[in-house]
Amino acid sequence: MKYLMLINASLDADGAPTGCSTPEDWMLFDKSMKDAGVHVGGNSLADFTTAAAVRVDERGERIVTDGPFAESREVLGGYFVVDVPDFDVALDWAARCPGARDGGHIVVRPLASYGD
Amino acid sequence: MTGRAAAASVEAVFREERGLLLAALVRRFGDLDLAEEVTSEAIEAALVHWPAEGVPPKPGAWLMTTARRKAVDRLRRDQAYAARLAELQVEAERAPAPPPATGGDLPDERLQLFFTCAHPALPAEDRTALTLRCLAGLTTPEVARAFLVPSATMGKRIVRAKNRIRTLRIPFRVPDAGELPGRLPGVLQVVYSIFTEGYAASSGPDLQRPDLAEEAIRLARILRRLLPGEREVAGLLALMLLVHARRDARTGPDGGLVLLDDQDRGRWDRAMISEGTALVEVALIGGPPGLYGVQAAIAALHDEAADVASTDWPQIVALYDVLRGLAPSPVVELNRAVAVAMRDGPAAGLSLLDSLADEPRLRGYGPFSAARGDLLSRLGRRPEAADAYREALELAGTEPEREHLRRRLAEVRGES
Repeated sequence: MKYLMLINASLDADGAPTGCSTPEDWMLFDKSMKDAGVHVGGNSLADFTTAAAVRVDERGERIVTDGPFAESREVLGGYFVVDVPDFDVALDWAARCPGARDGGHIVVRPLASYGD
Repeated sequence: MTGRAAAASVEAVFREERGLLLAALVRRFGDLDLAEEVTSEAIEAALVHWPAEGVPPKPGAWLMTTARRKAVDRLRRDQAYAARLAELQVEAERAPAPPPATGGDLPDERLQLFFTCAHPALPAEDRTALTLRCLAGLTTPEVARAFLVPSATMGKRIVRAKNRIRTLRIPFRVPDAGELPGRLPGVLQVVYSIFTEGYAASSGPDLQRPDLAEEAIRLARILRRLLPGEREVAGLLALMLLVHARRDARTGPDGGLVLLDDQDRGRWDRAMISEGTALVEVALIGGPPGLYGVQAAIAALHDEAADVASTDWPQIVALYDVLRGLAPSPVVELNRAVAVAMRDGPAAGLSLLDSLADEPRLRGYGPFSAARGDLLSRLGRRPEAADAYREALELAGTEPEREHLRRRLAEVRGES
C-alpha cells in the first residue's frame, strides 16, 4: 500500500521555517527509508514560497497566477512516497520524518491502487 | 414480528457472541464490512435452525463455520471484492496469535478490533459509534439512540467510518509494547465517553442513561480480561463501577437530580462498591498512578463515607493535587475547588473558583456556575447565588438538571 507524505513546514513571522533539522537529519531519514525498502520516491521543493498556479477557464483560456501561498504560515516543503503494509506503519514513518518536528507536520494520504 | 424486529431481537440475544464472531471474522478476512454482513447472517441462521434442531454442542464453532461459508459464497459472487481482499489477506496472516478464549468456544480476538475502532485517525464521534456497533454489539438504530441522532444519519456515519478504515488501510492489530502506552488511552477514552454520556446525559429527557453506562462497564470488563496487566484498565473499570454504584440514589422518584449530600446511601450498590474498591488497589499499586486510577480512588472515598460531613475531604483534595499533576485541566481545578470548600469552608472554595473565572473552557460550563451558586448561597450571598444559578439554568442540558436548578434558585430567592 502506497502513501503520499506531504511535508508541511511552519513559518515564523519573517517567513523563515521554524524547523531546526539539519541536512544530515534528512539524509539519515532518507537512508533509513531506503534501507527498510519502503522508499518509493520523494522530492524537496526548491523553496517554500515560489510557485505559480495554472488554470484553464471555460473558454479554454490559460490563466497563470503567482502562488497564493505567501501569506500562509504553513507551507508545503516537499513530499515522499512510501510503500508499507498498512496505515500504522505509514504513521510510524511520518513520525520519524524530521519535518514532523518543530511546528511542522506530515499529512499522510493513501494513493489509489488500480489493481497493481 | 417484522423481519427487522426479529433481526434486532436476535442481535440482542447474541450480544456477546456477535463481538467475538465479528472480531474473529475481521481477523480472517481483513474487512469489517464483510465480517459484519456475515456475522449478522450467521446469527439469523442460528435463530432459524437452533429452535428446531437444538443448540449445537459447540455453538461458537457453528456460528463461525456458518459465517465463513457465507463469506466464501459472497467472495465467489463478487470477484473484484475477492481480489481486493486477497491483497489484505497477507497482512491479516501476520497478526500475532489470539489470546485464549474465556468460556464459550470462540477465540477472543476483540482486542485488535478495539484498537481499530478507536484509531486516532478516525473522528472522535466515529470511534465511539464503531465501538458501540462492533464491540458492544449494538444495532445501528441503538447506536443512533445513544447519540440522539436519526438512524439514517448514524448508518451513514458508520459506513463512512468503515470506508475510512478501508481506504487508509488502518490495520486490525494490537499495537506492540512500544506503541501501546500511546494508543491505550485512546481506547479507554472511547469507553469512558460512553460511560459519561450514560452517567450524565448531555441532552434529552433523562438525567441518566444507565443502559449506556452498563455498556461501558461491559466493554471495560472485556478489556480488563484481555489486558490484565494494564493498571489503567483496572482504574477505568473501578472508576465506572464506583460511580455507577450510586445510580439508584442519584435520581428521585420523579426522575429529578439528587445531589451527593442528599442521596440515600443505603441505596448504593454495595457489591459494585466492593468490586470497584478492590480494583482501585490493583490500579494504584505497582507503578506511578494513572488518570483513571486516581479518579477511581476519589470515587472510592465518597463511596466509603457514611455521609458528606465525615467524607475524607483532605485526602480527596490530595488526590486532586495528584490528578492536576497528571493532567492539568480547568475541570479538575473546578472539582478540586469544590473539595477545598468542603475541607476549608465555602469562602476558600469560592476564592479558588473566582480565580478560574477567566478559563475559556469554564465559560459556558454549567457545573461551574452551579458550583458558584452553591458556595455563594452557603455564604449567604443570595442575590449573587441567584445570578449564578440563573446562568447554570441556561446552560443545563437535561430537564431534571433544570428542575433541580430552578428549585435552588427559588430557595436562594426566598421563595420556598
